Amino acid sequence: MTDKTYDVVVIGGGPGGYVAAIRASQLGLKAAVIERDKLGGVCLNWGCIPTKALLRSAEVYHLMQNASDFGLKAEGISFDIDAVVKRSRKVSERLSGGIGFLMKKNKIDVIAGEASLSDPTTISVKTAKETLTVKAKNIILATGARARTLPDLEPDGDVVWTAKEAMVPKKMPKSILVIGSGAIGIEFASFYNTLGVDVTVVEMVDRILPAEDAEIAALAAKSFKAQGMKLLTGAKIEKVEKGAKNAKVTVTTSDGKTQTQTVDVVICAVGIVGNVENIGLEKLGIKVDRTHVSVDKWCTTNVKNIYAIGDLVGPPWLAHKASHEGAMVAERIAGQPDIHPLDTSKIPGCTYCHPQVASVGLSEEKAKEAGYKIKVGRFPFTGNGKAIALGDTTGLVKTVFDEKTGELLGAHMVGAEVTELIQGYTVARTMEATEADLMGTVFPHPTLSEMMHESVLDAFDRALHI
Amino acid sequence: MPISILMPALSPTMEEGTLAKWHVKEGDAVASGDVIAEIETDKATMEVEAIDEGTVGKLLVAEGTEAVLVNTAIAIILEEGEDVSALDGFDVNADAESTPASPESTPSKVEPASSTEASPAAEKPSAPEPAGATGERVFSSPLARRIASQEGVDIAALKGTGPRGRVVKKDVEAALASGQSKAPAALQAIPTGQQPAVDPRVYFEEGSYDEVPLDKMRMTIARRLTQSKQEIPHYYISVDCELDALLQARKDLNAQDDEGIKLSVNDFVVRAAALALKKVPDVNVSYAGNAVLKHHNADIGIAVAIDGGLITPIISKADEKGLAAISTAAKDLALRARERKLKPSEFEGGGFSISNLGMFGVKNFTAVINPPQSAILAVGAGEMRPVIKDGEVTAATVMTVTLSCDHRVIDGALGARFLQVFKRHIELPTSMLM
Repeated sequence: MTDKTYDVVVIGGGPGGYVAAIRASQLGLKAAVIERDKLGGVCLNWGCIPTKALLRSAEVYHLMQNASDFGLKAEGISFDIDAVVKRSRKVSERLSGGIGFLMKKNKIDVIAGEASLSDPTTISVKTAKETLTVKAKNIILATGARARTLPDLEPDGDVVWTAKEAMVPKKMPKSILVIGSGAIGIEFASFYNTLGVDVTVVEMVDRILPAEDAEIAALAAKSFKAQGMKLLTGAKIEKVEKGAKNAKVTVTTSDGKTQTQTVDVVICAVGIVGNVENIGLEKLGIKVDRTHVSVDKWCTTNVKNIYAIGDLVGPPWLAHKASHEGAMVAERIAGQPDIHPLDTSKIPGCTYCHPQVASVGLSEEKAKEAGYKIKVGRFPFTGNGKAIALGDTTGLVKTVFDEKTGELLGAHMVGAEVTELIQGYTVARTMEATEADLMGTVFPHPTLSEMMHESVLDAFDRALHI
Repeated sequence: MPISILMPALSPTMEEGTLAKWHVKEGDAVASGDVIAEIETDKATMEVEAIDEGTVGKLLVAEGTEAVLVNTAIAIILEEGEDVSALDGFDVNADAESTPASPESTPSKVEPASSTEASPAAEKPSAPEPAGATGERVFSSPLARRIASQEGVDIAALKGTGPRGRVVKKDVEAALASGQSKAPAALQAIPTGQQPAVDPRVYFEEGSYDEVPLDKMRMTIARRLTQSKQEIPHYYISVDCELDALLQARKDLNAQDDEGIKLSVNDFVVRAAALALKKVPDVNVSYAGNAVLKHHNADIGIAVAIDGGLITPIISKADEKGLAAISTAAKDLALRARERKLKPSEFEGGGFSISNLGMFGVKNFTAVINPPQSAILAVGAGEMRPVIKDGEVTAATVMTVTLSCDHRVIDGALGARFLQVFKRHIELPTSMLM
């Protein structure tokens, strides 16, 4: 392969990187993506997508177990974990293949190999066969992140897992202790709990889902407990004694007592670290702050023409945030007009446990902290016809408004399909709708989305169906 | 393409008006300059002329409709060769081809008609999409409009930084932070009457009074005068003027006149004030926040009581007018004021006002300054009073006048100097010949 000069080279083919390349190509720039593993990154191969496939299996299993509630008969219900995992892998493979197609369609060169910056316009790529030199006018770093591990708790695939190992279990454990109750920890806790595993979640702060609205998190916690999950909040892991087949975990609980339990598997879900190693950042003096590359609001690093996006930079660590940044940077490079930096307060977050949790904007407590005088609306799933028909009445739709201006400061939901609903509020927030616009919007009946309308009405004491 | 005729703003402060009368009907041919309608505001009735030539395609607002917002389409004119079918699918609010109706139209605050629909208090509609000075739609988010209307920011003056230049919350907040883009005070004023701090209804038994809704003139008076008293640091100085020489001069002049002009004492007062303004020009000013506007002409408003309120028509360039001209102008203005036929330019602005309650035997009183003016002269009755001359008590006809001044721009000595000159002209009427 001869050396080539590109307008844009993206290092990392995850949801940030490949989107950046597509957008660059759409704008007439010659683009390439360098990927050391599979196109689609963690999201598609080891994150969002395969977990959703697993959780779907868990959901169907749950429904089968409760078939009689719907007047159906299902006997001898069981599952084959290998088949469940296999389906999840197939979903990932199919989508990864789809990205390869998108790259071809957009005439983007995909270079399989490990990239390292040599100078601000040169990248050295170690492929299976050789070392290539790639020249680029602009470079977008999109190498992503991986699970943070704790000392003495390195994942081994048997007793200690991170999300990656939890996605492809070799066999079903009987008991699991999850460290961390963020989105990833809770999703795996929910998945395994539904499949009948004895699950304990240990969280350092005083509640699970610490990033979510407290009321929503409390409702989720109540539901998880009802499903048999054990939640230890305000708790500290003192010691993990790893054996060949299990681990003995000592936890100090919120009341100061110490308890020890033996579990088959410990899942470590205590956040992520950016993949900043071995890509030549030091050589170019690119600033890194606690495993994440430092960038300005336009995702520009301290080296001109080198950008960084997605999990490699600041939070929230979400695929859709990475994609949005990727497109924005490509547009900046192409000199497009009317580009806007990403406002993190308008990025929705979703957790696909059962019941689901979704939110955008400020929680009630954060809004108060920020000094807003607020109006809060609530509507429970028990008041919604569609929820009752679905047989899934656990949940709440909560809205937070600025009393003075009617700005929708935040929306927080727990319950069935809320991850599909949150986008309505995200559009409203992005377009700066006020309560009047939401009240004036017609929501279709019968849908779960009607609760979104009712919650807004309730904030102004006008809810109709409660 | 059909042309929309928009509700004109007859004055910079006009927000809405009544479509009093149509002079044309659908199908009529109109030429530029033809009177097509009469518009009534709280103060005046005004004729609207066509700017474009064509045929009246459709009258969109019925005769007698009240509270038609400025820049609402009121009629559609078809251009030559077009027939009514051209109206199919024509969007009257598409601004490209719209022309505000004549006369000089300075759209001040533009709202679509729908915003007048009454809404329960709990459901305030988002502030309506505003329009820029040229009548173009200003793209803005609902939240930006809400905050702008709450804070009195003129959204049309802002540069949007949102998608496609949309004005977003951030832009309004930036304008607020920089203190710019405040809409002119008159535009912020609530179109309803001033709300008293305590509703007086709480003091009185229901049925013990008749409740009469305020008309627009009363609301305007309430709003403007509250604003004046709240914003302008008023102070007052009085002086007594002997009138005997003036009364004699008036008698002589009226006796000689054969054209039917009967001069009033007030005509002399206007003339004296005009000359005093010329000699003490620093009283003929407007306070503009960061500047003082020194007026070139002595435009003097005279307060005229009319049915249900008052209005202050302006005798423009009073310093250049003789007594006869002042008298004629004053009579004409007062007459048309009572008929509510004044043009806005005849009662808005001015540098100074005179309020005369002498005919009621009032000895003296103080008046509220009429912004953007900075002073007003309250004139009492001329009455026989004992005065001391050369150590002797004697009788003279004396009139007390009280000047209200805006202390932001007129200091006490300045106001006193004005009164001194005024008094000299009144007491020595021949000096008014100069």
